[in-house]
Amino acid sequence: MSSTVQPRGTTKIALAAHSWLVYLFFFAPILVLIVFSFSDDNNVGRWGGFTLEWYQDFVENTQLQNAVWVSIRVAVLSTVISVVLGTLAALALERFKFRGRKVFDALLYLPIIIPDVTMAVMMLLFFSEFFDLLETWFGLDWQKGLSSITISHIAFNISFVSVVVRARLAGMSEVLEEAALDLYASRWKTFRYVTFPQILPGVAAGALLALTLSLDDVVITQFSSGPGATTLPVFVFGLIRRGVTPLINATSVLMLAASVILVALSLAFQQFSGRPSLRTARQAISAKPTTNTQSKEGIPQ
Amino acid sequence: MSGEPIPAVKLTGITKRFGDVVAVDDIGLEIADGEFFALLGPSGCGKTTTLRMIAGLEFPTEGSLKIFGNEAGTLPANKRPVNTVFQDYALFPHMTVEANVAFGLKMQRVPKNEIASRVQEAIGLVRLEGMGQRRSQQLSGGQRQRVALARALVNRPKVLLLDEPLGALDLKLRQEMQSELKALQREVGITFVFVTHDQEEALTMADRIGVMNQGELLQVGSPAEIYEHPVNRFVANFIGQTNLLDASVVSNDKVCLANGEHIPGHCDLPVGTRVAVCLRPERAEMYPPAKVPDGQRSVTGRLESVTYLGNALVYTVVLDWARLEVRRENQPGGYRPHVGEEVAVSWTDKAISVVRA
Repeated sequence: MSSTVQPRGTTKIALAAHSWLVYLFFFAPILVLIVFSFSDDNNVGRWGGFTLEWYQDFVENTQLQNAVWVSIRVAVLSTVISVVLGTLAALALERFKFRGRKVFDALLYLPIIIPDVTMAVMMLLFFSEFFDLLETWFGLDWQKGLSSITISHIAFNISFVSVVVRARLAGMSEVLEEAALDLYASRWKTFRYVTFPQILPGVAAGALLALTLSLDDVVITQFSSGPGATTLPVFVFGLIRRGVTPLINATSVLMLAASVILVALSLAFQQFSGRPSLRTARQAISAKPTTNTQSKEGIPQ
Repeated sequence: MSGEPIPAVKLTGITKRFGDVVAVDDIGLEIADGEFFALLGPSGCGKTTTLRMIAGLEFPTEGSLKIFGNEAGTLPANKRPVNTVFQDYALFPHMTVEANVAFGLKMQRVPKNEIASRVQEAIGLVRLEGMGQRRSQQLSGGQRQRVALARALVNRPKVLLLDEPLGALDLKLRQEMQSELKALQREVGITFVFVTHDQEEALTMADRIGVMNQGELLQVGSPAEIYEHPVNRFVANFIGQTNLLDASVVSNDKVCLANGEHIPGHCDLPVGTRVAVCLRPERAEMYPPAKVPDGQRSVTGRLESVTYLGNALVYTVVLDWARLEVRRENQPGGYRPHVGEEVAVSWTDKAISVVRA
């Protein structure tokens, strides 16, 4: 007898149809996007025969490539910094008691809760005031650009990273840290050898989230970018206003490919780290507590 | 003062408060080198807090804590020559058994080849040969317990602290581990201090027991001392099964039971003090009312129920002022009264002790 109930007849057909509909709903737009990126027609919605012209365009369009590079640099930089700061914040909130902890806790959630537009306007005001101050006090002329985009991305990414890392920390028993301390580890070594390896999946997930959010963001970036630098999503947004060509499709397909690779890599990373392999798990199950090494090759089960 | 051996652990006036809550209240205790010492008490009695203070995971609010004569009150846990076996073992899940056991040595910067040999030795000591490459998720409860022991013992601590070490194991395994722990302690000769709420475990394993309740250390003594001469009602009740009969002091060798009968019973408390007479179920005897042997004190009541335990029978006898349990070995041909019959519960003067109420 099988342990799960298998649907039969019309139920089975209806369920299958439903799944296919869901898949269609998810992937049809993507398919359309990919197909039309190879279309030899200036109009995005009309098929004009196969061409690689738009990919060629992408390669030749330095502005677009510039935007890609800015995006990547902002994403990587803001991810690294926000992962460090966000993890530290998570550790502080989860493991230490200090004055103003509750206030800090509440404030940390703000960037997640408040609308992007509000955040963007806040950033805009902040940077214009800040740059004015720099100018009047130190005579520095600093323009919005790569650094201001990065700072604004760090500002919201810290919150997301710390929420994810905290969830992981909350699930990790403090006794492990006490055990490390009891076994002569200093606070730093306790973090290095016990806490960090334990929260690593959370940190990795937080980093991935930060990377995605940074690569995705339009609104906040729009308000904190300057003439010197703009990110890919903001640039694509601009393209739409100027008239759409399948260049956008080609760009999107490349972005899509990049993110699929990224997700695949992260999945592979999770597979290889942390979890014991299936083989060793099976060994553990088949070997009884009292049997020793010699009997491992013994009796086939 | 010379010649007196230095105690492994010496607590003087140790108090621990968490805000307004007094977790441990003015405890004084000496644990000798090489002793197997049990801190026994119900949950929340402060025994774990006491253990954690010895470990350095909690610092005392007041008092002095010495480990082999050295003041250690505020020394952090990683600077103390003690190691702990935690209640849920707290094995590092991302490390193999070997890495877990090697952790303490690695932190102390012991040379690599020495680490390797000492780890193998420790793993052998707890009979886990061949499991060095396993992770803790792949081990059974008993095996995890052994890894936790090896991880602590490999550091050759001066004192080993065990927090409810057998609490997570099932009965059969717990009994096995009890004798194994005892044997291990004799083998390594290290002072063991363990915390438990299980009185049977404490009686079986410990050389001496400290009974705690509500932050206070009520009595310290060998298992026999504590069982035979509990200092008060709480200890008498907590260690083993017992019948407690309300009484008051008449003179220093006589007490008056609640039914007005005067019986011999030694007690140093002032006349008139309310006390309890402690009569262990296995020391109580039972006879038909008219057949109580000479020289025994007795009370008469009605047999309410009989519980069959296999190796023994427990009779519950109801008096109009008390309820008594009598435990009799299951021997053929013994006196077997029926439920509802009148029976006499009796005892010799030596069988009872008088405790503070």
